[in-house]
Amino acid sequence: MTPKTRDRWLTYLSVLALLGILLLAQEYADEYQVRILNMVAIYITLAVSYNLINGVTGQFSLEPNAFVALGAYTASLLTLTASEKEMSFIIDPCIWPLSVISIPFLPAVIIGGLIAAFFGFLMGFPVFRVRGDYLAIVTLGFGEVIRVVANNLQSVTNGPLGLKGIAPYTNLWWSWGLALITLFVINRLVKSSYGRALKAIRQNELAAESMGINAFRHKLLAFTLSAFFEGMAGALLAHLITTISPMLFTFFLTFNLLIIITIGGLGSITGSVLAAIAFAWGSELLRAVEEPMNILGLLTIPGIPGMRMVIFSIILIVVMLFARQGFMGRREFTWQWLFDRMHIKESGL
Amino acid sequence: MTFQLFIQQLINGISLGTLYGLIAIGYTMVYGILRLINFAHADVMMMSTYFAFFGISMFALPWWVAAIIAMILTALLGIMIDQGAYRPLRRAPRISALITAIGVSFLLENLGLVIFGSRPKAFFRPEIFRPVWQFGKIHVLSLSVYTIFITLILLVFVYIIIYRARIGMAMRAVSRDMQTVPLMGIDVNRVIAFTFGMGSALAAAGGILWAMKYPQIEPLMGIFPGLKAFVAAVLGGIGNVFGAVIGGFILGITEILLVAFFPELSGYRDAFAFLLLILVLLFRPTGIMGEELPE
Repeated sequence: MTPKTRDRWLTYLSVLALLGILLLAQEYADEYQVRILNMVAIYITLAVSYNLINGVTGQFSLEPNAFVALGAYTASLLTLTASEKEMSFIIDPCIWPLSVISIPFLPAVIIGGLIAAFFGFLMGFPVFRVRGDYLAIVTLGFGEVIRVVANNLQSVTNGPLGLKGIAPYTNLWWSWGLALITLFVINRLVKSSYGRALKAIRQNELAAESMGINAFRHKLLAFTLSAFFEGMAGALLAHLITTISPMLFTFFLTFNLLIIITIGGLGSITGSVLAAIAFAWGSELLRAVEEPMNILGLLTIPGIPGMRMVIFSIILIVVMLFARQGFMGRREFTWQWLFDRMHIKESGL
Repeated sequence: MTFQLFIQQLINGISLGTLYGLIAIGYTMVYGILRLINFAHADVMMMSTYFAFFGISMFALPWWVAAIIAMILTALLGIMIDQGAYRPLRRAPRISALITAIGVSFLLENLGLVIFGSRPKAFFRPEIFRPVWQFGKIHVLSLSVYTIFITLILLVFVYIIIYRARIGMAMRAVSRDMQTVPLMGIDVNRVIAFTFGMGSALAAAGGILWAMKYPQIEPLMGIFPGLKAFVAAVLGGIGNVFGAVIGGFILGITEILLVAFFPELSGYRDAFAFLLLILVLLFRPTGIMGEELPE
């Protein structure tokens, strides 16, 4: 067996093992644990696709909240039934074609992703004429514009009230299915000639262009693809939490993803996955600091609401100051690496 | 719309524009020297309003004493942020400093939420800023007019510091060529610290006037003025101090007139600045007064 087939089988086996764990979780885990597992998968999808543009291509942008919002709103408007829409839209009735459409979940998710990708594609034209810090601020502005529009376009988004009563279709199979598909597609892309071109653009755009790489087209491709997956993740998110409003898609969302990909290591898919898991889990653990703590029934420490974000901000600054490479730097997990590590351990004994 | 109403809105627009301009100076000076978008600048401005608030309400200081103390404290805060968070990253890739700046911005906002609470606090509007002046049919809040004068006085100081003082000459030199300047015996780090201090103090002045204009403060109040001030800085040509002020005027006036002429678009007011930014970057990336910057 060549190492390549061995690695492929190991990957299949670990995916099977993951599915087994999910099956067990479906059966035995309580609602709260299932919710965290769902959030982990959505964070993985978001972080890996955000990392494609920020880490792999090196185009520092701050817009995922816009694409998540686009996907979430599109899919929710498509799955909500006509009567539910009539009930929610109390200030302005929903505009005509949307008010009667109601389609199944899967096409709604895909259309959500496509709408996000379409906007990503359109946005790419002005956005990639600028570089560096300007790119960051323009994409940040794009996110804000989408949010402001969602707040004001009463007859489509129901304004600040948002959408309620979205069917809770998202379960472990949907969320982890999307996470696995995202991982597969982006991993293959990064390893292909396109991926090498994207990395070349990150390292030195001028040099890449002089080697015949059309930097603009490659950036646009990466941006559109990451928008597509972020849109679908947004659709799943909406059908997980069942209520969405423009407040949900502020810069906070982007900031969380930024923490994940920088802690994981900009440019490393493995790093993004690990950091997404750590983040989703850690933010649940840190809930403790926001709730009153009782030590042995004697002493009660009052909880400090908002303390979690303070801690995350400090973590981000500390990582940037002292460990700029994050967990993984630009390295990736490989089976070979694992075998090498085990081998060293064996010979050490 | 009558001519009187137009003039009235124009004065409001100029007064808003001067505030954007005051905040934008801090962005543009830091960017000119470090090529860093100081995301925390807007939140430094927010902190200044709380300094002034506590000066007035807890220590019962006269408002102008509180304002001056707040400006000094804000300048110190700006310098501390630079020395603590940005200085270790001077030689790192620029993106690292940018991410750190976003982290500092979030830290200040969330510390604000934890310490001051998310409920807005009413800000004190001094007696002399309260009357509404009437010229014929034009009604103007005296604060709007005073804001323009205070800004002009501050701009004279800025001009003297940048173009007439030694430290200003050093600042201009550092923004031209950071590698050569230390060879001339200039302490670059001191120049950068001074830049942060000066930018933060001006942001404090802008922030306090802002808080008197919309007389309430809350920990997230800096976000939109900050983003718009940055747009103003880009509009005027980033790195150019007086360009930032002019960019602020343009943004403030167009924003107010847009809302005055098309009231139905007022909800989109916050999106307008970004559309303007995208247009400027597409057609004249160096801004109105900017020079060509080498990559």
